[in-house]
Amino acid sequence: MLHTFVAYVEDKPGVLTRVASLFRRLNINIHSLTVGRSERPGLSRLTLVCEASAEAGDRIRASLFKLENVVDVDDIAQAPSVTRELALIKVAAAPQSRSRIFDLVEVFRARIVDLTSESLMIEMTGVESKIEGLIEVLREDEGRILEICRSGKMTMRRGHHISSVLRAMGTGDEESAAVAALREEERLAAEPE
Amino acid sequence: MNAGTRDEKGANMEDHAKPENTNAHRTAPTRLTGSEILWATLVGEGVTDVFGYPGGAILPAYDALRKFPIRHVLVRHEQGAAHMADGYARASGKVGVAVATSGPGATNLVTGIATAMLDSVPIVCITGNVSSKVLGTDAFQEIDITGITLPVTKHNFLVSRAEDLAAALRHAFQIARSGRPGPVLVDITKDAQQATAIFDFDAARPRPYRPHPMLRVEESGLAAAAELIRGSKRPIILAGHGVSESGAMEQVRTLAERAQIPVALTLLGLGGFPASHPLNMGMMGMHGEAWVNNAIQEADLLIACGMRFDDRVTGKLASYAPHAKKIHIEIDPAEINKNVKAEVALVGDLRTVLEDLLPRISGRDGSAWLKTIDASKGAVAVRDIKNLPDSGHLYAAHVMHDLWRITGGNALVVTDVGQHQMWEAQYFHHEHPRTLITSGGLGTMGYALPAAIGAKMACPEKEVWVIAGDGGFQMTAAELSTIVQEKLKINIAVINNGYLGMVRQWQEFFYERNYEATPLVSPDFVKLAEAHGIPGRAVRTRSEVLGAVEAARSAPGAYLLNFLVEKEDSVYPMIPAGSALHEMIRRPERDPLEESARDE
Repeated sequence: MLHTFVAYVEDKPGVLTRVASLFRRLNINIHSLTVGRSERPGLSRLTLVCEASAEAGDRIRASLFKLENVVDVDDIAQAPSVTRELALIKVAAAPQSRSRIFDLVEVFRARIVDLTSESLMIEMTGVESKIEGLIEVLREDEGRILEICRSGKMTMRRGHHISSVLRAMGTGDEESAAVAALREEERLAAEPE
Repeated sequence: MNAGTRDEKGANMEDHAKPENTNAHRTAPTRLTGSEILWATLVGEGVTDVFGYPGGAILPAYDALRKFPIRHVLVRHEQGAAHMADGYARASGKVGVAVATSGPGATNLVTGIATAMLDSVPIVCITGNVSSKVLGTDAFQEIDITGITLPVTKHNFLVSRAEDLAAALRHAFQIARSGRPGPVLVDITKDAQQATAIFDFDAARPRPYRPHPMLRVEESGLAAAAELIRGSKRPIILAGHGVSESGAMEQVRTLAERAQIPVALTLLGLGGFPASHPLNMGMMGMHGEAWVNNAIQEADLLIACGMRFDDRVTGKLASYAPHAKKIHIEIDPAEINKNVKAEVALVGDLRTVLEDLLPRISGRDGSAWLKTIDASKGAVAVRDIKNLPDSGHLYAAHVMHDLWRITGGNALVVTDVGQHQMWEAQYFHHEHPRTLITSGGLGTMGYALPAAIGAKMACPEKEVWVIAGDGGFQMTAAELSTIVQEKLKINIAVINNGYLGMVRQWQEFFYERNYEATPLVSPDFVKLAEAHGIPGRAVRTRSEVLGAVEAARSAPGAYLLNFLVEKEDSVYPMIPAGSALHEMIRRPERDPLEESARDE
């Protein structure tokens, strides 16, 4: 089955290698991997999609947690969530064939973001299947696709969901009472006698 | 995820894993070179001994070493340094430290690091690297050692600034000794060793250890485990390396005694439960006794304590313990349901979990099951090679059995990998934890001699025996010089059968006796030892064993015994790889021993 892991990782050199290396070792192909800044300073958020057996999910998550730079891991699996992917598609289009493409873009609620006499660029955001759909009709429409750039999946659970790990860390900019207490303890311990 | 009070238990287990030396360097922050910071931090972490080999990229560090109260053992090959650090850690429970230069020095460590990784041994490896300015340019002796060791370390660091060094090192020690222990590598560029920075040991301490977020021991899990134990008719405790790592010897023993449950051990579990205890069944798995494995196959409950259901222990998974429910007590969440599905998983520090579980366990009558097991032993003792009359031939089993009797079982034994390792496990009975040191997971030949040096450094008062085959011994025999240079009293038993014995055994059983590349020509090991200034003697018959072992024990320094044992003996019983636990190859009925006895 397709697994979707969302992880918070430290924003440091080599962290992505460590994450990727885990999947390499298991001989699991990564379908898509998106990484960017998160709401927390110093932490990046990644969404990783891969094909693995249903039972493998827990062990992959446990193994990800064992990586020193991985702070939190969520296995989205079947949980209610919002998934989006961004695609940029460049299509060869002479002025006379543009209007058909404009119509398609309209139907798919995509946008034209660049236009030249020879080609145009479509930007589309949506679930994977919708993007696949647009690409398919563009191909059928004898319009020549020159380039496709896809971001890979980004996923966020619906509702007010926050993991215990992140909760313990506070909400990004303000520290929780637990963490504050921990820091106070640390400060006291570090103080010279 | 439930992050209730149980998670705090995870944090507690760190308490007994903290460095003993906490009076550390509580000096005022001082400006030091990176090299000085390296050693000062090590001293602060409680390090007194390191094993290493100098070279260009680590030379600044060596230049500063004399100012610090650290004993440096010069090894003959960096693989030896990693094994010594590993043996040191296994013998003492402290973190072992290996030091090497960049390039080949660093790559030579890799086998030793992997050995420590597979057996969860806490070591910290320090490597030098070229200056940060030339990183990635294929400079002389430059290698990407953090890249190379990424899959065989718990974590590794590349430090290119002196001001980052103390924090990286302290973090490395924390990672190595926390949770499921393991190796950590810290690669330090030459310019970071040469530059100066303010050294403040206390300020460099890592954030409080964060237990794995998937550790989970719930009331319901403990209750379910207690219920399974109460209701079981044929339970067995499977005790692994985690017993000694967690210091749970007493708890396992209490559980076994209170509920009258027999205990089977993994190779690395040997010593975690006293061999002489009436509930001890001995080693399970590929070379465990047939009645032990049969009992596991018939069991209705397995209580796995700090073990990971390795393939050498389970045989074919599809037919493993088919009637048994499993309780898995384990500190690494990634081990749960990996090979064997657990009905109840208690994911946490073994000792803590058992302390929580024990109040729920009441006395239980296990006599029927124990009697069944006892009856199943059958003719094992009669069949046993050690009880056969002396045929004049020397069998490795004799050597192990006699070594055990003569040393009173009190020696710290370090074995290599192969047949002798299994014979030792079968015939040398370990009463105490940390008295058998061996490479289980990776199965690293050449491990024993250097690991014994580390063990002896950690426990100078202990009687240390190396037991190695003629093949493995030659892989790291250069460390004999290290033994002499460091004036270590280590007794060495080479079990010499002229073959790479375990491989030959597989060829005999599974490759129609096609002994390709297994006959082995060796030097005269006694002369080799003598060339190093180590006395020794050859032993050819069982009657010579006692005198030879006593000679070795009473010698003031190291001593080597070359046991010329039966050439084509095999380790019995044996489960062929991939077979079910009860499908064992037994010692042939028409025992070659008896035949050879008549030949005499």
